[in-house]
Amino acid sequence: MGSPRVLPFAFVLLTGASALAQGPTYGVGRAPTPEEIRALDISIGPTGEELPPGKGSAKEGAQLYRAQGCAGCHGAAGVGGTAPMLKSKSGPEVELWARGRILPLRAPFATTVWDYINRGMPLNREGTLTPDQVYALTAYLLFLNGVIPEDQVLDAQSLPKVKMPIGDNYASLPDWKPRTPRLKGYPY
Amino acid sequence: MGSKRLGRRELLKSGATLAGGFTLGAAAPALGQEPATHATHSSPPMIKGDKDMVAYGDRSKYVTSVRISHPVGSRPSPDEFGLTFHIATPLQDSVGVITPSSLHYVATTRGAFLPDIDPKEHRLMIHGVVDRPLTFTMDDLKRLPSVTRLHFIECAGNRSSRRAKNVQETHGMTSCAEWTGVLLSTLLKECGVKDSAKWFVAEGAEEVKGASSMPIAKAMDDCIVAYGMNGEAVRPQNGFPLRLMVPGFEGIFHTKYLRRIKIVDRYYMNYNDYGHMDQDAKIAALDYQIGPKSVITFPSAGQQLPGKGFYEISGLAWSGGGVIKLVEISTDGGKKWNKAEFKGTPQRMAHTRFGYPWNWDGQETEILSRCTDELGQVQPTRAQIAKYWNKPFDQTFSVPGLDNSIQPWKIGSDGSVTNGFA
Repeated sequence: MGSPRVLPFAFVLLTGASALAQGPTYGVGRAPTPEEIRALDISIGPTGEELPPGKGSAKEGAQLYRAQGCAGCHGAAGVGGTAPMLKSKSGPEVELWARGRILPLRAPFATTVWDYINRGMPLNREGTLTPDQVYALTAYLLFLNGVIPEDQVLDAQSLPKVKMPIGDNYASLPDWKPRTPRLKGYPY
Repeated sequence: MGSKRLGRRELLKSGATLAGGFTLGAAAPALGQEPATHATHSSPPMIKGDKDMVAYGDRSKYVTSVRISHPVGSRPSPDEFGLTFHIATPLQDSVGVITPSSLHYVATTRGAFLPDIDPKEHRLMIHGVVDRPLTFTMDDLKRLPSVTRLHFIECAGNRSSRRAKNVQETHGMTSCAEWTGVLLSTLLKECGVKDSAKWFVAEGAEEVKGASSMPIAKAMDDCIVAYGMNGEAVRPQNGFPLRLMVPGFEGIFHTKYLRRIKIVDRYYMNYNDYGHMDQDAKIAALDYQIGPKSVITFPSAGQQLPGKGFYEISGLAWSGGGVIKLVEISTDGGKKWNKAEFKGTPQRMAHTRFGYPWNWDGQETEILSRCTDELGQVQPTRAQIAKYWNKPFDQTFSVPGLDNSIQPWKIGSDGSVTNGFA
């Protein structure tokens, strides 16, 4: 009499287990602490949810640009150096895509500018800038390209709201799936 | 007695003669003056064994094939800061499908030095929209089930030009190695990816912490977190101690010095992604997955045919779309196409060696190769690409997106081989 009652129960257990098949198989690796994740996670997405507290303006950024040696590679005011240009040589009368590959001008999100300064600059001293300094340098580069006014203060709330001039005037990537051609009908 | 095969006894005798007659140092240059002589009593000079040869072998001093700065005439590698490496592999000397690690092409972009990473200190952290963030040491990764696969990597800058003098300059920014590591899908299953995951960001440990966004579908399909390359540890120029392989995607996605993978619910627009932006959706698609591409490496520009007669035409074909299904060769400038033979079994997203027997009649001609992959994608000519874009095909035409066009080599009646685009 006992087994007919037990069997359905065992069946439920089994299907329950397969629904939870997402459990770890090997148990190798260690769970990082939330602090460890925060320290390593330097990816700032378009909504800026990972941005740290802090603030800065273009005026402070202009001083930092000289003090941190940015001008040495990128040139005074973002032009004329050996590293990538940070200010377009042309003005808004020229179509945006023809104004050069200038990060603080062509990037679709101001967070991309903040993220890159924070993760990679200054070369060989990356990671030494404080959040305030990164906000200020971002503000300076955006001001140089006419994206924001000189007195605008950038922080975790205002930075993701900066309207970049490119808007959505750029192509989205293909909806990639395994085993699909790179572009249907190309070139025939 | 025939001089072709020396028995052990004869070898010993000739060695004894050498040792008795000269010191080794004096013998070598004397013999070196007659390199073509292989008579019974004239053995080649000897290479004296030393400790270094025991520890790690070297190639023959007569094999001098080297990488070069790419493209020719651009900023040299390394530059004055010791920063940039943009160097092409000598495809003209390649045999088989594996690029030796020492000759693998390298492109370091965004001005980063090569990091000098102690593998004992290296960690890979996977986090984001996952049930269980995890950090792996190199030892952890080597405990997990591994895969070993051949895969090419090709740089977006790998395009032929009329100024290029040889196949190293036209096509040398692609290489193929045997990669060993853990499937990224294995690691992601350990972490439990949430349903909201759409993209992942892979990040390196070099100065600029190069990061790219890629579709989660690619992560679950065939990406490899690779610690092995051609039977040993991945080389520093290629991402030591850990490199993400993203088979068939453009080179920059194959994140070197891999230290972090963040699973995200939206496109993150990292600096590398920004660099990838295009105005035209078609060009964006052509700058993503690599198309079917092939090139003849022998005979190729800069080489010289000694005269008419038999040659096995040899070359490489690859595609980001999967396995190469067909390679065709034309020896008459593209009028007639003939099926080439595969050397070995073609692998997904790997260089595939092909051969075609050719009797050159000594007349001026043009030789070309064209490939088709498992998806039915066919390698186009530049004229076909120009037609697709409604552009005139002339010297000013530049192929939009990654250039996978057919490369013509001109054979002169004097046996010279030159770039058909010149």
